[in-house]
Amino acid sequence: MPHSLPADSVGLVTPQIAHFDTPLQLDCGRQLAAYDLVYETYGTLNRDHSNAILICHALSGDHHAAGYHSPEDRKPGWWESAIGPGKPIDSERFFIVCLNNLGGCKGSTGPNTPNPTSGKPWGPDFPIVTVRDWVESQARLADRLGITQWAAVIGGSLGGMQVLQWAIDFPARLRHAVVIAAAPNLTAQNIAFNEVVRQALRSDPDFHDGHYYEHQVVPSRGLKIARMLGHITYLSDDAMRAKFGRELREGKINFGFDVEFQVESYLRYQGESFVERFDANTYLLMTKALDYFDPASAYSGDLSAALAGVEASFFVASFTSDWRFAPQRSREIVKALLDGDKTVSYAEIEANHGHDAFLIPIPHYMAVFGSYMRRIAAELPQ
Amino acid sequence: MNVLRPDLAIISEWITPGSRVLDLGCGDGTLLAHLKRERDVDGYGLEIAPGNIVSCIEQGVNVIQTDLDAGINDFFDEASFDYVVMTQTLQAMSYPEQLLKEMLRVGREGIVTFPNFGHWRARVQLALGGHMPLSTALPNQWYNTPNIHLCTLKDFEALCATLGIRILQRRVVDHAHRYRLGGKLLPNLLGEIAIYRFIRE
Repeated sequence: MPHSLPADSVGLVTPQIAHFDTPLQLDCGRQLAAYDLVYETYGTLNRDHSNAILICHALSGDHHAAGYHSPEDRKPGWWESAIGPGKPIDSERFFIVCLNNLGGCKGSTGPNTPNPTSGKPWGPDFPIVTVRDWVESQARLADRLGITQWAAVIGGSLGGMQVLQWAIDFPARLRHAVVIAAAPNLTAQNIAFNEVVRQALRSDPDFHDGHYYEHQVVPSRGLKIARMLGHITYLSDDAMRAKFGRELREGKINFGFDVEFQVESYLRYQGESFVERFDANTYLLMTKALDYFDPASAYSGDLSAALAGVEASFFVASFTSDWRFAPQRSREIVKALLDGDKTVSYAEIEANHGHDAFLIPIPHYMAVFGSYMRRIAAELPQ
Repeated sequence: MNVLRPDLAIISEWITPGSRVLDLGCGDGTLLAHLKRERDVDGYGLEIAPGNIVSCIEQGVNVIQTDLDAGINDFFDEASFDYVVMTQTLQAMSYPEQLLKEMLRVGREGIVTFPNFGHWRARVQLALGGHMPLSTALPNQWYNTPNIHLCTLKDFEALCATLGIRILQRRVVDHAHRYRLGGKLLPNLLGEIAIYRFIRE
């Protein structure tokens, strides 16, 4: 535990809650009459409110993107590598906002918060939310914070999808869109992985059709397996080989089914720690938001047409070994932007870390991301 | 501000202000940044080297990181640009012939520059020295050069004829990228760097 927090960290941060009681109309046809969004901010909003940056989180992320909640925290926020003084998303220059999306399990209204009509947790009755619903709710948070236009909206993976949606739905409300390790929609293979995740969760005897809160249990086996599967797909073959190889925990095989290979031990640990920090109903909702995201579908599959109205300048980045959101998918986004003569730069970063690379401070990634962010900072009034 | 490399200055003169330019192998973005500033040109650069991507972004140049050997058809539709420029890159491409065709599919006009393998010093080194030429324009040893498709002016013009490409303008400059009288008279012998502007026949 760091007694003194690192100098390049935003330091101690405290989450805040914004309550909204204007009903939110959702894509699925239902409404949320009222809801809370929990969020964190880093840095200082400048006088003309032009230096605000929105960070959109990915599947298992939350509002705690950077810094520490207490000096005893073992780990900082999930994107500590990119957010902080002197880092690409520089808290000395920008006012950074990150929120827990609706349907999340870290304080924003979601399956594990009380349903006002029953007083019990929403559970499986929480409406299925889409990327578009999230963006709408994020825009309301922006209104609340007095931010009419973001300097940039930034996100990786599912977060990158939210950035695309922002640029489409609110073209005038962001100057820059930073889309990292994302895709314009999921491939069949990706949807297939999500379906295995959902089956793992829903077939756990402790799932109780999503009403496990009332039974005081957690579908921990399902969560564990779901996370193990996810984790394999977030790494690359090379990364796993480099990290674990065929290394054995006890140096020999035991002809049994306990943990023998290091990679098994690692996956079990990842699965178990996920059980403690994540909610199964939220996981289900997140996979659905991913599966449904497809902004081109309203334009007969023409992504260029979907992006025709965007006004933001784009920075798109992908990672060579990412097979879950492969570079080819990012190139589709770039191609669609080029079709519309949009302002766009694209970096295809050599990295063997797989999809997880977007969270890792790879030198070229940080250099190119940093230079783009400095351009944004240079446009701000001094 | 640094003085613009003379071959880039020549290209810059050839480009009509306000046009759309694609720069293949745009390096650190110098040409595009200059064209944007001085000629009100709008455009994109394609580049593979990570360090150059960073420099382009620093200069505010729109850059796409990609391998030109994979072609440019993936990114650009037909006739998307007024000019497609490629400086000192053609000779390092795996499929120069293919790329020339793609340049004129994507753009109205093409502009290329390359080191002239027919320059007299190269000829002397090969003919009399019996070794692969080395010069300021061709600084690498045969075993570590990125230049795998070197050609002379004559070779290039012959290829253009085969591909149905009409050359609109040709300039040669010396290794310091200066435009000299000798190069005007005997370009294939006295020009070290060739600069061509061309369209589809």
